[in-house]
Amino acid sequence: MKQRHGAWTVLGAILIMVWAISPVIWIFSLSFKAGDDINNNRFWPTQFSLENYDTVFSTALFTSSLRNSIGIALISTLLSVAIATVAAYAIARLDFPGKRTVLSIALAIAMFPAVSLVGPLFNTWRTVGLYDTWLGLIIPYMSFTLPLSLWTLSAFFKEIPWEMEEAAQMDGATPWQAFRKVIVPLAAPGVFTAAILAFFFAWNDFVFAISLTSTNAARPVPAALAFFTGESQFQQPAGAISAAAVVVTIPVIILVLLFQKRIVAGLTNGAVKG
Amino acid sequence: MASISVKNVVKQYADGFPAVNDISLDIGDGELMILVGPSGCGKSTLLRMIAGLEDITSGDLFIGGERANDKAPRDRNLAMVFQNYALYPHLSVYENIAFPLRLNGNFSDDEIRRKVEEAADTLELRDHLERKPSQLSGGQRQRVAMGRAIVRQAEAFLFDEPLSNLDAKLRGQMRTEISRLQRRLGITTVYVTHDQTEAMTLGDRVAVLRKGVLQQVASPRELYQRPVNLFVAGFIGSPPMNFVPAEIEGRKVSLPFVSFEVPQEVADQFGDRQLLIAGIRPEHFEDAALVDANDLSHSVSFSAHVDVTEWLGNELFAYIPFETSREIHDRLKTLARELDSESLRTQLVVALDAGSRIGPGEDAKLTFDASKMHFFDPVSGDNLTRELAAVAS
Repeated sequence: MKQRHGAWTVLGAILIMVWAISPVIWIFSLSFKAGDDINNNRFWPTQFSLENYDTVFSTALFTSSLRNSIGIALISTLLSVAIATVAAYAIARLDFPGKRTVLSIALAIAMFPAVSLVGPLFNTWRTVGLYDTWLGLIIPYMSFTLPLSLWTLSAFFKEIPWEMEEAAQMDGATPWQAFRKVIVPLAAPGVFTAAILAFFFAWNDFVFAISLTSTNAARPVPAALAFFTGESQFQQPAGAISAAAVVVTIPVIILVLLFQKRIVAGLTNGAVKG
Repeated sequence: MASISVKNVVKQYADGFPAVNDISLDIGDGELMILVGPSGCGKSTLLRMIAGLEDITSGDLFIGGERANDKAPRDRNLAMVFQNYALYPHLSVYENIAFPLRLNGNFSDDEIRRKVEEAADTLELRDHLERKPSQLSGGQRQRVAMGRAIVRQAEAFLFDEPLSNLDAKLRGQMRTEISRLQRRLGITTVYVTHDQTEAMTLGDRVAVLRKGVLQQVASPRELYQRPVNLFVAGFIGSPPMNFVPAEIEGRKVSLPFVSFEVPQEVADQFGDRQLLIAGIRPEHFEDAALVDANDLSHSVSFSAHVDVTEWLGNELFAYIPFETSREIHDRLKTLARELDSESLRTQLVVALDAGSRIGPGEDAKLTFDASKMHFFDPVSGDNLTRELAAVAS
């Protein structure tokens, strides 16, 4: 009975892996097919080629959009995590009127469908002059990543035992030292989790990216991919698009692998009895 | 090292509930003072006020003669061991113990190493210095928490139920360890516990609290022999003191199972009260069959139906149910609730010599020493015969 259970688990895992990974492998494979090799009717390239990557990195459309993507995603992540850390600490630690309201409004905002915002924002941004600028994307991104980080972090802060801080105070720490030397290291996994979630949101967004930009000045990669063309009108840009997709997928994979251990918070174990 | 003095201290919460109500307490330099009481009696709140983690609503706190009401916790220079240890999970045992020294900033790395290792040797933690708290057992974590306290020159130690998360056996060992450490370092200590065994074995003096009010401060011996009221009498001692209704007619005292006469000086204390609560400790009963007839001078003999017995090897507990008036029953029920226990029925608990052959369901002949009895006012709960109680030295 137990072994059958194990076999089913393995089978399920394999199915899910195939389901999730095969499109990624397909994109990788496509990105290494040069020129007309795309039509070779096979899964793997006939000849391994980096031609698509050369093309992609020599196009201004892609390089500038990559720069935009990195800049916009990083800035909106940093800002929202920094603000959310302080706000979540207050929500977890202090008892003030309207605490629940703040949290539920934050949740409501995070749940708000992005599409319904795009039209009004498009008009507003054009009037105010934020259309096709970094700031014009950072602001809407933060309106989603900030509530998200706030929720993640306040849940995380609530898990940190109060006594840690009291113990630090008894040991002779100022409130700021207690925060920096005890609370921050304990909260680090939570902050990383929030940061990664926020970064992914900004990095993967397409709706705002396509609607609120028009030139290379602010257009991020997901939007830019739609504007790729082949070398001639008879050639499909699929290879180049795949190469670009691979390039933007890699940072995400690296981030997850890098911070996996930190995200899996086992850090508070042993702080208190248990 | 310093004395700690608490004067008319009150802690009132926003809803007006006084968790600590007008407590005054002097803790001498080097003394080990125990704060004991059932849960919710305000003992932890009082400790946290001394520590500075809780504001003092009114009254004064003096540490080493200096008023400390408005000092931040770190300026009071007290070391505290928390109930759940509050170790820093991201730091190794070494860094946990070194934490207060590093914050101080006046110690070189060599000095820190020397002090931490000294503390670790005292607590036998030398082999665990590089490990993280999560890799330690409960007892080891407890010792690390102690290490963090003893590594610096604190004015006093504050312990907040430090042993309540350990299993019974380890608790006994650590209790002795704490006692030994405290006597060796000679440092003023305030120790909060709800466990009366810990209170009795550890303390120079014990302060018993009930609903935020101080009941009695005395040596363990005095608390046991001369409790001021029903609450203290019921709280100190295990199994707890038996409370039975006593009807008074002059010198004649009638308990549910026996009547006898008390000396005039005892009867004088009763005033014109007709009904009292008599308190007899389980260990003051004896199996009449095992007592030499010549030793029965102070003793009152009676026979009673034993319901259940428990043989523990070193002694034998016998349970004797009895009937009582509704008034007394309700009073005892309230008391039991205050003491965190549950009295389902009114019964005598009798601790006899292990050699006794009394079995369940038998009628047993028992004796008790009437001079060791206490009489309490059923309304106020005051001990009327406290002044007369013999204090064995």
